[in-house]
Amino acid sequence: MGIIDVLILIVPSAIFFAAPLIFTALGGVFSERSGVVNIGLEGLMVMGAFVGVVVNLTISAPLNEMGDFWASLTPWISTLVAMIVAAIFSVIHAIASVTFRADQVVSGVAINFLALGIGLFLIEEWYGKGQTDMVNQPFYSVQIPGLYDIPVIGPMFFDGYITSYIAILLAFVVWYVIYKTPFGLRLRSVGEHPMAADTNGINVSKMRYTGVILSGAFAGIGGSVFALTFTQNFSHATIAGQGFMALAAMIFGKWHPLGAMGAALFFGFAQSLSLTGSSIPLLQDIPSVFLMIAPYVLTILALAGFIGRAEAPKAIGTPYIKGSR
Amino acid sequence: MFSNNRLTNILIPVISVVLGLLSGAIIMLIFGYNPISGYAALWNGAFGDAYFFGETIVKVTPYILSGLAVAFAFRTGLFNIGVEGQVFVGWLAAVWVGTAMDLPMVIHLPLAILVAALAGGAWGFVPGFLKARFGVHEVIVSIMMNYVALYTCNALIRSVLTDNDDKTEYVNDSASLASTWLSDLTGFSRLHFGFIIAIIGAIIMWFILEKTVKGYELRAVGYNPHASKYAGMNVNRNIILSFIISGGFAGVAGAMEGLGTFQYMSVNNAFTNIGFDGIAVALLGGNAALGTVLAAFLFGTLKVGALNMSSSGVPQELVDIVVALIILFVASGYIIRWALSRFKKEEK
Repeated sequence: MGIIDVLILIVPSAIFFAAPLIFTALGGVFSERSGVVNIGLEGLMVMGAFVGVVVNLTISAPLNEMGDFWASLTPWISTLVAMIVAAIFSVIHAIASVTFRADQVVSGVAINFLALGIGLFLIEEWYGKGQTDMVNQPFYSVQIPGLYDIPVIGPMFFDGYITSYIAILLAFVVWYVIYKTPFGLRLRSVGEHPMAADTNGINVSKMRYTGVILSGAFAGIGGSVFALTFTQNFSHATIAGQGFMALAAMIFGKWHPLGAMGAALFFGFAQSLSLTGSSIPLLQDIPSVFLMIAPYVLTILALAGFIGRAEAPKAIGTPYIKGSR
Repeated sequence: MFSNNRLTNILIPVISVVLGLLSGAIIMLIFGYNPISGYAALWNGAFGDAYFFGETIVKVTPYILSGLAVAFAFRTGLFNIGVEGQVFVGWLAAVWVGTAMDLPMVIHLPLAILVAALAGGAWGFVPGFLKARFGVHEVIVSIMMNYVALYTCNALIRSVLTDNDDKTEYVNDSASLASTWLSDLTGFSRLHFGFIIAIIGAIIMWFILEKTVKGYELRAVGYNPHASKYAGMNVNRNIILSFIISGGFAGVAGAMEGLGTFQYMSVNNAFTNIGFDGIAVALLGGNAALGTVLAAFLFGTLKVGALNMSSSGVPQELVDIVVALIILFVASGYIIRWALSRFKKEEK
């Protein structure tokens, strides 16, 4: 097995694993850049996965009757609804941590418990069991016409999910928004020095609400995409730590959208190694546990060694109280 | 800004619990259940007879210790979200000592618990050290360490402790916390002597933090690392020490499961949530020893009682919502303080 074959095996699945993490980590960038710690990304992803799956199950039959085109829209509509609901749900975190000046980490932990509780309660209530059925209309992988025929690069990069391409594209959009627009400048200034921002007439609370709500929207997409490509149903174990991984990717990427995307791709790569390792000549003799823990150990090593001190936004985690110094 | 007296500090968690339970009742009403029969079923499921009571204590025991672990780190200004992984390694270490050795009970049982504490402490050392030495965020490292613990423990169970089995042997009687007397007393529940160890753990935490110089330093570092450094304390060493002690508590929590409740360790596909629930316990308990014990008791009661709620038709997940809301209310203590101060003013 040549190196090209190995790459053709690993790269598509790395991108595939990374996509939900990229969405969610980008959401984290918005929230934390505005100065609000968002450890609730996990819960927001749970909410996205829950809504995505439930909407998909509900609308797939009526849309199916309307024809193939509408049926193929099912996962997209589900994800859109998941995005909206998760954004609304994240307002709880915003109210607690901005208006009520709650400890943001604590509020985030509460969001995680709350999302899972609500999701499982409603599943039990609506379906009378602990998990949903499998969805009929998940996301399917596609071979991009034309591009797929390019040798080597084609099968490596252009046999995948549309959602993955959107995720990568979105990272650049978020980079542009945060670094090249007035809105992004305001968002960052509120996270670095809210008093200075306030003096310049920026509404600190409004910016922070916006940051948190955007993180809810993005994490909702991430959760829905994850559920509709990987697990294809919703249970207590659908989202098992992906939100925390996205949080790690964001910090690993130094609170920068493109850095977060890079870190998410790295996690995806490590995860795909642990799954495909058994069919790769050099790796198949290594006990699988080492491949399983590799992404996490590598992250720790990378944080300690390569990138050094991560510089968080200065005002992160502290509520802004007008008039205090 | 607001009166910060003892009474308010006790009132906030109590008000939060009441608000949480009230919200639960409202949710039950919205979905057409009778909240009174729902909560009655919960109460019966936790205290209805000797068996349920025994199981409630079984649930409370590791909660106390994992809550102490989280609380101890919080007091030093650190967030140990890695309690989950530290519980795992403690559990595995205790079962390992419990199955591999044959010693008299007076040595074997304390040794197994001690090794569990050391294992948890060693797991806690990693995020503490990386935070102190390289300034790496402890939350991220501890989250990563949770996964490393989960997969490593599974691999060790499969390849070292057993021959490709999903479950270890039962621990030897000389390392077991189980007691037929306690079990008979509570209608053959799994009640074991662990709860005594949990209470001792709470006393130890209170003693270290409130009565020793080291504890004073740890708290000082939590309040203000810069001032502590200026006063001549070694902030970095205190960060590491706090994480080791915190991990030690978590390791003992794992030992409670390994030597008491289950007496073995099996391969886990996902986390047990003992550590994550410990975060909720510590927060409600105000990161104090006594508060943690009380909060563990409340959450243990809710979790065990929930299993019986389905007898009144209410999905047991309702309790998870209630727990989450309680934490949210505790976190939003500012607004409760504000309401209380308004209330007092009107009285005058």
